[in-house]
Amino acid sequence: MSLAVEDVSASLGGKQVLHNVSFTVPDGHFGVLVGPNGSGKSTLLRTVFRAARPSGGRVLVDGEDVWLSTARDAGRRTGVLLQEQHSGFEFTVEETVAQGRTAHLGRFDRLTKQDDEIVAEVCERTGLAAFADRRLAELSGGERQRVFLARALAQRPRLLVLDEPTNHLDIRHQLDLLELIRDLGITVVAALHGLDMAAAYADAVVVLDAGRVVASGPPAEVLTGDLVSEVFEVECTVDVVAGLPRFGFRPRAGASPGRGR
Amino acid sequence: MRTGLVLAVVVSVVVAVGIGPVTVPVADVAGVLVERLTGGIAHPGTDLIVWRLRLPRVLLGAVVGAGLAVAGAVVQSVVRNPVADPHLLGLSSGASVGAVLVLTSGTTLLGLVTVPLAAFAGATFAIVVVLAMAQQRGRVQPLRLVLVGVACAHLFSGVTSFLLASTNDTAAQQQIIFWMLGGLSGTQWNTLLVPVLVLAFAMLVLMTRSRRMNALVLGDDAAAGLGVDAARLRWQLLVLTTLLTGTLVAVSGGIGFVGLIIGHLARMLVGADHRRMLPVTAALGACFLVWADVLARIVIAPAELPVGVVTAFLGVPLFLLVMRRAGHRLETAS
Repeated sequence: MSLAVEDVSASLGGKQVLHNVSFTVPDGHFGVLVGPNGSGKSTLLRTVFRAARPSGGRVLVDGEDVWLSTARDAGRRTGVLLQEQHSGFEFTVEETVAQGRTAHLGRFDRLTKQDDEIVAEVCERTGLAAFADRRLAELSGGERQRVFLARALAQRPRLLVLDEPTNHLDIRHQLDLLELIRDLGITVVAALHGLDMAAAYADAVVVLDAGRVVASGPPAEVLTGDLVSEVFEVECTVDVVAGLPRFGFRPRAGASPGRGR
Repeated sequence: MRTGLVLAVVVSVVVAVGIGPVTVPVADVAGVLVERLTGGIAHPGTDLIVWRLRLPRVLLGAVVGAGLAVAGAVVQSVVRNPVADPHLLGLSSGASVGAVLVLTSGTTLLGLVTVPLAAFAGATFAIVVVLAMAQQRGRVQPLRLVLVGVACAHLFSGVTSFLLASTNDTAAQQQIIFWMLGGLSGTQWNTLLVPVLVLAFAMLVLMTRSRRMNALVLGDDAAAGLGVDAARLRWQLLVLTTLLTGTLVAVSGGIGFVGLIIGHLARMLVGADHRRMLPVTAALGACFLVWADVLARIVIAPAELPVGVVTAFLGVPLFLLVMRRAGHRLETAS
């Protein structure tokens, strides 16, 4: 399933945070948004999973405008994994994963045998089967994020939207989660903070700065020292190690901490 | 669990009917019910007490208890705030303004239903004002709703107090105080019909939305990700809560604490999943108010306490107990 963002603009509290953003993620590809805080990554993703309506432009999933379909239709196609969540900890793992079936249910909100099988299969695949009856409050951050991924997978999505899903995870859990996602082979659009991770997993990166696309393409070509230095306002050097770019950062000469943009 | 709760409600109703100035043994209560349900009348004296005087009141207690408890639990989910209840949104205080306006002006334009209708109109007016101020471009922000609701509730209470203080009619004052604290006295069979129908309708609608309500408590973004239109669902639930609370407050006055605590008790017992939590909330609320009303009838007999006083006396310690035991869960959940 392909994603096409066409000329999307959006405002938050009266301030325009996206200016005519366009990019595409072809079927089965892993697309990554990078950019400094406030560059509009989250807002852009929210226009994709129908949480924030764009003020202009279109978001097409397989050629269909997501804002012309219903929330329910979107929930059957698109799974979402957000950064650390703070609510829903009173549910059990199994209940949480079953929430992923919400958009698939019939009139009386009953889970069918097929729904149960999908929940069980997803728990198995994400290594959660043994946790099924535990409450989320009892789990570690890494385990919880795996539960939320399982919930997104229970939607049987053909597009997965990730908003900095690894933010609060240690390195092993970051890698575990991203490996699991890449191995699914479905279309992914993700905002990631770590440039090393972005470079390692992305088929293509889209660099956002102040709500505009400043570059896009394969990570090794796009994420140059000059571009990263400019966009993130730091001194950045790039070494290529085993075919992947590695980033080294220093504060910009003469910059004082807390200097605003 | 489910049969146990249904049984608890039935037993509570039957036993509660037997308690009063004249004690009727449980077997006799059951006898009257069996006779009536099979079309006969057992012992005329017992029948009068059980069927005509006490049963409508006890049943209304069960319906009001169930309805207020469910309304509270739903509001808690809608605004994602564990201390929310229908009072918090100004519903009950709006209903009070309506009822008190009628009581102080002495209007009986519409006969016996004047006060209930005025209360319902007051509740509806209150929620319309609160929602109009809490919405932004058609979306209701939960925190804004709570803040506006609290502010308006105080304003409406002020209006009620003003009306109460400025009337010279002591009989009306007595009536107002009793109404504000809530009570079930004087219930007849025909009082029951509308609340029963509204409660049944509300439960049906809620049970077909219980999974979406589970998504709603996760936050609007997470709900959107699961394919749930949070803004639309929130509107539907608020309209439903208004209908339910308005109807119940209209027949029973401002009974407090049922909406605040029973949902939490249910969550402690069966967890947060609305599919299980809402029916359990309804059953617990029914039992709670039936027994609170029994106490209201007997504590200072032959006089009667407003049942709202009893729910406060029972409810507050119970709520604090629940807070102590479930506090860690509330903290991790917020």
